[in-house]
Amino acid sequence: MILRVTNLKKYFPVEQGVFSGAKGWVRAVDGISFAIGEGQTLGLVGESGCGKTTVGKSILRLIEPTEGDIVFDGVPVLSLQGERLRKLRRRMQIIFQDPISSLDPRMTIGATVGEPLRVHGIARGKELQEAVAGLLKKVGLPPESLNRYPHEFSGGQRQRIGIARALALQPKLLVCDEPVSALDVSIQAQIVNLLEEIQEEMNLSYLFISHDLRVVEHISDCVAVMYLGKIVEATGRDELYDNPLHPYTRALLSAVPEIGRPISQVRGKISGEVASAINPPSGCRFHPRCPHRMHICPLDEPPLGEVCPGHKAACWLYE
Amino acid sequence: MNQTITSSSLTTPVGRSLWYQAWRRLLRNKMAVAGGIVVIVITVLALAAPFICSYGYDETSPDQFRPPSLKHLMGTDIHGRDLLTRVLYGARLSLGIGLVATLVSLFIGVAYGAISGYAGDSTDNLMMRVVDIVYSLPYMFFVIVLVAVFGRSVLLLFIALGAVQWLTVARIVRGQVLSIKEKEFIQASRAIGAGHLRIIINHLLPNVMGPVVVYMTLTVPAVMLQEAFLSFLGLGVPPPSSSWGTLIADGASSINALRIYWWLLLFPGVAMALTLFSLNFLGDGLRDAIDPQLR
Repeated sequence: MILRVTNLKKYFPVEQGVFSGAKGWVRAVDGISFAIGEGQTLGLVGESGCGKTTVGKSILRLIEPTEGDIVFDGVPVLSLQGERLRKLRRRMQIIFQDPISSLDPRMTIGATVGEPLRVHGIARGKELQEAVAGLLKKVGLPPESLNRYPHEFSGGQRQRIGIARALALQPKLLVCDEPVSALDVSIQAQIVNLLEEIQEEMNLSYLFISHDLRVVEHISDCVAVMYLGKIVEATGRDELYDNPLHPYTRALLSAVPEIGRPISQVRGKISGEVASAINPPSGCRFHPRCPHRMHICPLDEPPLGEVCPGHKAACWLYE
Repeated sequence: MNQTITSSSLTTPVGRSLWYQAWRRLLRNKMAVAGGIVVIVITVLALAAPFICSYGYDETSPDQFRPPSLKHLMGTDIHGRDLLTRVLYGARLSLGIGLVATLVSLFIGVAYGAISGYAGDSTDNLMMRVVDIVYSLPYMFFVIVLVAVFGRSVLLLFIALGAVQWLTVARIVRGQVLSIKEKEFIQASRAIGAGHLRIIINHLLPNVMGPVVVYMTLTVPAVMLQEAFLSFLGLGVPPPSSSWGTLIADGASSINALRIYWWLLLFPGVAMALTLFSLNFLGDGLRDAIDPQLR
């Protein structure tokens, strides 16, 4: 396993005023565990606000988690400081959702893509130029892009630049934080294919965060479904899409629009809004919206247990 | 932009930076260009003053209170000194004070604001409360006390004016930094392993410089005006040096009921007004050019 996350929690304080302390906590991530094998892709799916991005950023220590354990390639990530943390970051990188704000508008593409190499003193001068040109070629950008600025590129191209920057340090794990959500559908496919090619070539592992079930189906080996800071279902890709167990997963899958399917056939519709993470519902967090609610659901939280081999779900229907 | 892409196969394309685009927009603004030209001309004249003036700025002569003539284009003052010479030398001092005080405030303010905004939390809170406190001091009073204690000197003027101006710069920079540091490219830099200093210098500062440059062009005239005010009160540049403020003060004091020496007030006044207008037009043009949405 290249990455193993155990019981990760991140609570954000809710503050009011300058002098009073925290009024409450937003439980953005509330005790989730998963693992990613070398060269594998784990898809992390959920609605917006369910804590997916917080998980991704916590792994890279862009956000300091409240609690939990992250082991990357045998190294406990959360105990690292200073120089050792910097070294670790060479092997873990992130691609962001927004291709506009993820690139420095005042820096040329060459400077942006070359920055990781300069920061770590890996290459300079002509060597740096060649390395950057190589990276641009790898992500399918013309070498002339070097002296251009981000605003001169389209969304898809900018996402390629972000990928080139992330690849510069030859990482082993790439956290892809909704890398295609901001792109047109036709461009999405290009970027996903590019990510797959690179994965094969460099034996990368991906944590692929997305709310788009079809993109996740395409790229993932395993999929974990998140709801309000918790993983509610986790299994292999084919198993999840063929045999979804959790009512939430079923609802998500049936919500994927499909050409030719009448709206009356949408199964497992759910209503209502996602509950607040400040004051989550008792017991199973999904129970206010669940079509299969039972008397136990509001009382006790279901564990994420194995329903059949290799398929975990947190639902009282299967206990 | 399309032209550069199609021609890219022939020549090595050089991207158009945001600064370049801002420059193009600035050139399209006629008032700003005119303002810029006037500022440049006055600056060149001021710098060349020792070479183009046929009199010394403190060179007295028996020709007192002469109205403008071919010999003295702007006339002479009470000591028979050539007013044109004194206006040009005054430009050196006035522009110089404006520029130096602004630069001083810029360095202090940018560093202070960037650190405060980047550090955030309690550090930010503490640093900004300090700014608030200094802000609330009646600064003219502060300057007057400084001058009273240490005597009149140009250096003191720099310090006094710069010490007040940096507060606003610090606030502007801090606000900008607060909004930019949440952008994902800053997080990307952290993920890469870049240190704090590198992030501040390479990513934050270039992105906050737009509003700072604008503020600077508007600060120069503000400082010049304050210098003039202090000189008018007799707290500014010590004689026999001339700044526009002292010249205007002298001009105003030599107007009396018997004889109106209008040229002593008019020429320094016009020079000052022209410069202030030009700088303000330039500043407005820069603001529109650097951030077109701000309009």
